[in-house]
Amino acid sequence: MTAYIPLPLSQPGLFDLLALSPPGWGGNLLRGFVRSIEIGGGAFALGLVVGAAGAGGKLYGGRVTRDLLNIYTTLIRAVPELVLILLIYFAGTDLINRLMEAAGYGPIDISGPVAGVIALGFVQGAYATEVLRGAVLAVPQGQIEAGRAFGMSSIMLTRRITVPTMLPFAIPGLANLWLVAAKNTALLAVVGFGELTLETRQAAGATKAYFTFFMAAGVLYLTLSVVSNFLISRIENRARRGQPGMTERR
Amino acid sequence: MTYAPTLSTDRFITTAWFEPHRIALAAIAASLVVAAGVFMRWDWLADYYPLAISGLWQTIWILVVTCVLGFALAVPLGFAQVMGPLWLSVPSKAFCTVIRGTPLLLQLWLLYYGLGTLFPQFPEIRESFLWPLVRQAWPYAVLALTLSFAGYEGEVMRGAFAGVPGGQIEAARAFGMSRWKVFRRVWLPQAIHKALPTLAGETVLQLKSTPLVATITVLDLYAVALRVRQDTFIIYEPLLLLALIYMILTGLIVWAFGRLEARIPIRLG
Repeated sequence: MTAYIPLPLSQPGLFDLLALSPPGWGGNLLRGFVRSIEIGGGAFALGLVVGAAGAGGKLYGGRVTRDLLNIYTTLIRAVPELVLILLIYFAGTDLINRLMEAAGYGPIDISGPVAGVIALGFVQGAYATEVLRGAVLAVPQGQIEAGRAFGMSSIMLTRRITVPTMLPFAIPGLANLWLVAAKNTALLAVVGFGELTLETRQAAGATKAYFTFFMAAGVLYLTLSVVSNFLISRIENRARRGQPGMTERR
Repeated sequence: MTYAPTLSTDRFITTAWFEPHRIALAAIAASLVVAAGVFMRWDWLADYYPLAISGLWQTIWILVVTCVLGFALAVPLGFAQVMGPLWLSVPSKAFCTVIRGTPLLLQLWLLYYGLGTLFPQFPEIRESFLWPLVRQAWPYAVLALTLSFAGYEGEVMRGAFAGVPGGQIEAARAFGMSRWKVFRRVWLPQAIHKALPTLAGETVLQLKSTPLVATITVLDLYAVALRVRQDTFIIYEPLLLLALIYMILTGLIVWAFGRLEARIPIRLG
């Protein structure tokens, strides 16, 4: 559509702009896209680990653990991600360097991707905690009791009963979280990390072809969402196999 | 596709506040606050107080305006997907998918940089009364946030409209109500009632999206905190205060929606 927009600069064609080799910016965009997926995947994985620990603590922990986790999830979900990312990005690296200094080491340089994954993962963890907690609570009590009656140890009970039974309840929420993680990587553009959105803005700023590049990035993000949705629905169907009626209810 | 709006704090409410460990936790929290007040730098507050108030005002009015406009757009978007003919339902579905499938920051920048560089090329716009408007940043912020809210909420309203029991609609028709009256008196109120809890969560998410407008030079609360950091090199204090203010705003939104929900009598069944 950009071909019809009159611009003061002599406008090269759409395919020249999006070409993969250097005069075009397609390669930069794709690199940013891959980096976005990597960061999003890392943040989602970290969020799952934090969420599993958090859900375990909320469900089986003592009073103090439960209250502390409630504070964690409530605070994180009430403050904008952008503010949290800035706080974790700056405060986190600053804190680690001060600790290193106190321990007698020189300051270490925490790379942008690592800081991004930690910041986003910490935020994701709060939401994952709630999703997983809800899913575990949805497991019918009779299943657990039946497992115990068979003499299963608690580890075997978790592995064979709780996790497989909770998965269908957890997958829609976790799927949402993955899509949010993928989109939240765009926020790292604000702290200057070169993922897709920032690469796009640089390309657009250099060529003045704003519509072309932002639309191209939008198509990339949208492709990721649509493909993810397709895969998630297959995973969900597999997790729900043998449960009649579940698929109809959704 | 968005975070599940599970903002209930049931465990806080149902159990007693004054258990020993809670008193200890409260004491630790209080001492942290006191320590922050004593050992951190707050002298910048006096200088930036008026700016912070204007930033807070910007944040609040952008939130309110975009939520109201976005919801007004979401009702037809949701209804078109449930009842509309194909030429209405397919574009509505596509709109919601695109909005929910791309980051808000990208949409904001597309509108601001894209439209912002497009408009000045048309002399008709330069000479029209719209020119002072499109030269500023906030119309783009309001447009982007409104479309985003409409996209997410349109999907919620689709589910809400589809969830109103068919018997209700049939009963309204049996009373001889016109189609418009059925929609206005039965279908829409019940759909909104069903959507209210989700709407509260979406409004909180919208509040948390407002800081993005700072990236296109709108001077909201977040932008004020960034400016304090730029001017004075104080990093943590403005950000912590900012987080606190957002927490208070979130609490207010959740409380207000709770009041609204409690006001609606439930006699369905």
